[in-house]
Amino acid sequence: MTSIFKSLFFILSYLSLSACNEQVLNSPYPASSKENQAVLYSSFSERPRHLDPAKSYSSNEYAFIGQIYEPPFQYHFLKRPYELEPLTAAKMPEVIYLDSSERVLAKDVATDKIAYSDYIIEIKPQIKFQPHPALAKNKQDEYLYHQLSEIQMADITLLSDFTQTGTRELTAADFVHQIKRLVHPQISSPIAELMKQYIVGLGGYGLSIKDKPRTALKDTAISGVEVLDKYRYKIRVKGKYPQFIYWLAMPFFAPMPWEADAFYSQQVLIDKNITLDWQPLGTGPYMLEENNPNLRMVMLKNPNYHDAFYPLEGEPGDKDKGLLNDAGKQLPFIDKAVYKLEKENIPYWNKFLQGYYDASGVASDSFDQAVQFTGDGELGLTQAMQDKGIQLQTAVTSSISFVGFNMLDAVVGGDSERARKLRRAISIAIDYEEYISIFMNGRGVAAQGVIPPEIFGFSSGEQGINPYVYEWDGNKAQRKPLADALQLMAEAGYANGIDKNTSEALILYLDTAASGPDERARLNWFRKQFAKLGIQIVIRATDYNRFQQKMLNGNAQIFMWGWNADYPDPENFFFLLYGANAKVLHGGENAVNYQNKEFDRLYKLMSNMENSPERLGITQRMLEILRYDAPWVFGVHPKSVSLYHGWYHNLKPNLMANNKLKYLRIDPQQRKIMRQQWNKPILWPIILIIGLIVVLVLPAVRSFQHRAQETIK
Amino acid sequence: MFNYILRRFLYAFPLLLGVNILTFVLFFIVNSPDDMARMQLGQKHVTEQAVENWKQQRGYHLPLLINQGVAGVNKIKETIFYQKSLRLFAFDFGISDSGRNIGADIQQRMWPSLAVALPSLVVGLLVNISVALMMVLFRQSYLEFSTIVLCVIIMSISSLFYIIGGQFIVGKLLMLVPISGYDTGLNAYKFLILPVLISVVSGVGAGARWYRTLFLEEIEQDYVRTARAKGLTETQVLFKHVLKNAMIPILTGVVVVLPLLFMGSLITESFFSIPGLGSYTIDAINSQDFAIVRAMVFLGSVLYIIGLLLTDISYTLVDPRVRLS
Repeated sequence: MTSIFKSLFFILSYLSLSACNEQVLNSPYPASSKENQAVLYSSFSERPRHLDPAKSYSSNEYAFIGQIYEPPFQYHFLKRPYELEPLTAAKMPEVIYLDSSERVLAKDVATDKIAYSDYIIEIKPQIKFQPHPALAKNKQDEYLYHQLSEIQMADITLLSDFTQTGTRELTAADFVHQIKRLVHPQISSPIAELMKQYIVGLGGYGLSIKDKPRTALKDTAISGVEVLDKYRYKIRVKGKYPQFIYWLAMPFFAPMPWEADAFYSQQVLIDKNITLDWQPLGTGPYMLEENNPNLRMVMLKNPNYHDAFYPLEGEPGDKDKGLLNDAGKQLPFIDKAVYKLEKENIPYWNKFLQGYYDASGVASDSFDQAVQFTGDGELGLTQAMQDKGIQLQTAVTSSISFVGFNMLDAVVGGDSERARKLRRAISIAIDYEEYISIFMNGRGVAAQGVIPPEIFGFSSGEQGINPYVYEWDGNKAQRKPLADALQLMAEAGYANGIDKNTSEALILYLDTAASGPDERARLNWFRKQFAKLGIQIVIRATDYNRFQQKMLNGNAQIFMWGWNADYPDPENFFFLLYGANAKVLHGGENAVNYQNKEFDRLYKLMSNMENSPERLGITQRMLEILRYDAPWVFGVHPKSVSLYHGWYHNLKPNLMANNKLKYLRIDPQQRKIMRQQWNKPILWPIILIIGLIVVLVLPAVRSFQHRAQETIK
Repeated sequence: MFNYILRRFLYAFPLLLGVNILTFVLFFIVNSPDDMARMQLGQKHVTEQAVENWKQQRGYHLPLLINQGVAGVNKIKETIFYQKSLRLFAFDFGISDSGRNIGADIQQRMWPSLAVALPSLVVGLLVNISVALMMVLFRQSYLEFSTIVLCVIIMSISSLFYIIGGQFIVGKLLMLVPISGYDTGLNAYKFLILPVLISVVSGVGAGARWYRTLFLEEIEQDYVRTARAKGLTETQVLFKHVLKNAMIPILTGVVVVLPLLFMGSLITESFFSIPGLGSYTIDAINSQDFAIVRAMVFLGSVLYIIGLLLTDISYTLVDPRVRLS
């Protein structure tokens, strides 16, 4: 018995002493000797599939490669509307228009005269790649690790196990090499087929290297992409394609040294999962120090990073918000960024509140705890969050979710007045304001057209409303009353949801890829919206693959889908309704198979224009056509809501930039103090539980001892 | 015994082939190679040509089980099944559809799974046996009654509740251990305390009651009465005789699950962000990575067969009356 009490005493003493220690017990990070290092702690819920800039095409992957690879251009961190500026390029590209005989044309020549556009890009000198074994050389100027043997690989399991690293200057050839990589069959770039339509010679190049290894790319030339000299290269694009500049701000066009392909193509490395798809090699402000996508990914400041500075100017109001306090300072500010795998919302949220993550989104479970609506309907922080010094940041995303009508369908599709009125009636009946309130906790804006806010062509106020669905009440857009929708139904020949031709109830089919148990309430809500018009809706929920197949075959009648912009241009939304992109006919992104000659004509016109009042006018006309025809029920532009701790600085939503990390600043001292304050261990319940067990067991032990000592009487 | 083991291994081959075919057929009933390609290529700008290229590069352009376009043995050899699934018998797991070496991933991820599962098993076993022995020792007292009630309550609650509740109380309110996470090497210990504790607590209800039943069965045996008659104390009877004899079913029950410890726990690993094999499998299913699904199902089957074989062998070791023939 004495030994039990001794053990208990020891445990309690240990816990008490631990509690007195400054080191908190629940920290998920090891105690570091570099306490003052500015380390960002973040997370990822799904391991990135690809970190190769030719393959990667999702936001969770861009969170990493956006900091490591540097394309020629980037979005200005502070200015709005979004504005491109040079990154690795020395200046904005020189664009030369050519006719079919390759004669140079004037800048203001008519679009139909332009056969090619040459983009001449000049890059900054003295930019160096991060230290990397692929670039390591010996004294004879030979690459150390380009012909690895099994013996050399015996002690190597990670990239960091290589003892030597090297670097070299970035050249124009590295940008050209990356463009070649886009069409190599082993790489399977998602934009390969798209770019073949634009970049001269890319399609033929893909065929010529079809059976060659990636190492052959270096010595195989491509007709439309050319190295002009060490610091200049040229991309020839078919026709006029002003949006091409936006692609040049994406990691697809970031430079890649040929040495990377030579190094990573070695089978001995592939066998150990050391591939370019997992171990990037870039010129950016950060380099991937540890890549364990099953556990954590760590990025360190690139010691070879070139000179880059915090912007000197922003939009009005930025200075007052403190966003220009670091103006002109050398980037990046953060020394190290640790991303930990965190699959579940609840532990992530709790660790954010304990100060172990610097930022968090707001999941539905924690919405009420974090956010509340202010008197004027805006989102604000709850008192508990304000007490912790947490900052709130909201932004309407450059995306849209919508309900689409298959225009090939005999009932809801087509150009007839009947079908148009039916579609408009449904557009009025689906009350997206209610939807946003119920299912999105108010985190969204009902769409008035295809273009989200902050994108050229979007208009706010009365002139921006969809007049077929909304009315302007002098202050805000007000959804038209249901009576208007019922009237449209009657005019379309479906009074009270009864088809006047068959005298039977109108039954429509809604296809969706939302099939989980959580979606039931959402789908029931949609059913009720159609029921307002007397329409019986049959919901055909399926998985995303089946859904895509249905769309491809044109087997859906009404469906729910969405789009997230690649770049901030109305063309990137209008192309979803362009006739030549019809999914059934051409396999394109026009899932509703909408065809309108005037819309298509205007699309071709506006897609070749620079932003101007004339282009704005065309955009407005195109919006009017879409609102009139109603091939979509314009749904919601979701609003992103993010929380940041008080030690997090230089926060401004930028939905286009992928390389924001270099601008952010952390105050590690403040974080350390707050973590200690928020995480003082509570020990008394443990003592209480142990006490209770002792109290419960002791009488039984005594009783047992007493019974054991009893003799037969 | 050698012949027995050899025979069992030979039996395993058709079994594993059957499992392999079943996994293959089930997977491809739900997912076509086109689906897999779209999943890997993302959602934007995916053209039919891109899908075809992806399939061609990874060998998914071939027919599934029989290739009618070729002659002879190539009808079987030039199929997805032959080229993708049969290599597993040489434990060559190949490359995942996202391009990673599966064997290397399994080697890396089995250790975190084991780091949680092994202490959970050992500590759980000790706690369950201790609680069961306590119930038997204090049988027909308020302690036994209250412990049984507690066990039934513990059994009635979902394991998910223990995880969320444990994270909330121990990690968030009391702030004694990290809520979730994992680290390599010795730094892993503080991340293992909570999942192991939760695993032990959530399993003690069923475990302790099961062992109590075994002990009570033994305690009624003649040899126990004889031991008491020769004057041994109740604790001596319990620890020297009853425990020893009851260990046979306990031991064999434990041996069968030993190889499966490598496979990890899906829910625990997911909630605690432990990068083990349990979450590896579910991630692969979600991303339609057939190469990983097939490898993990195969590995699970092999480990289960090994587990059953070890159980049979362990019978002969703990009970001399059993002979394998």
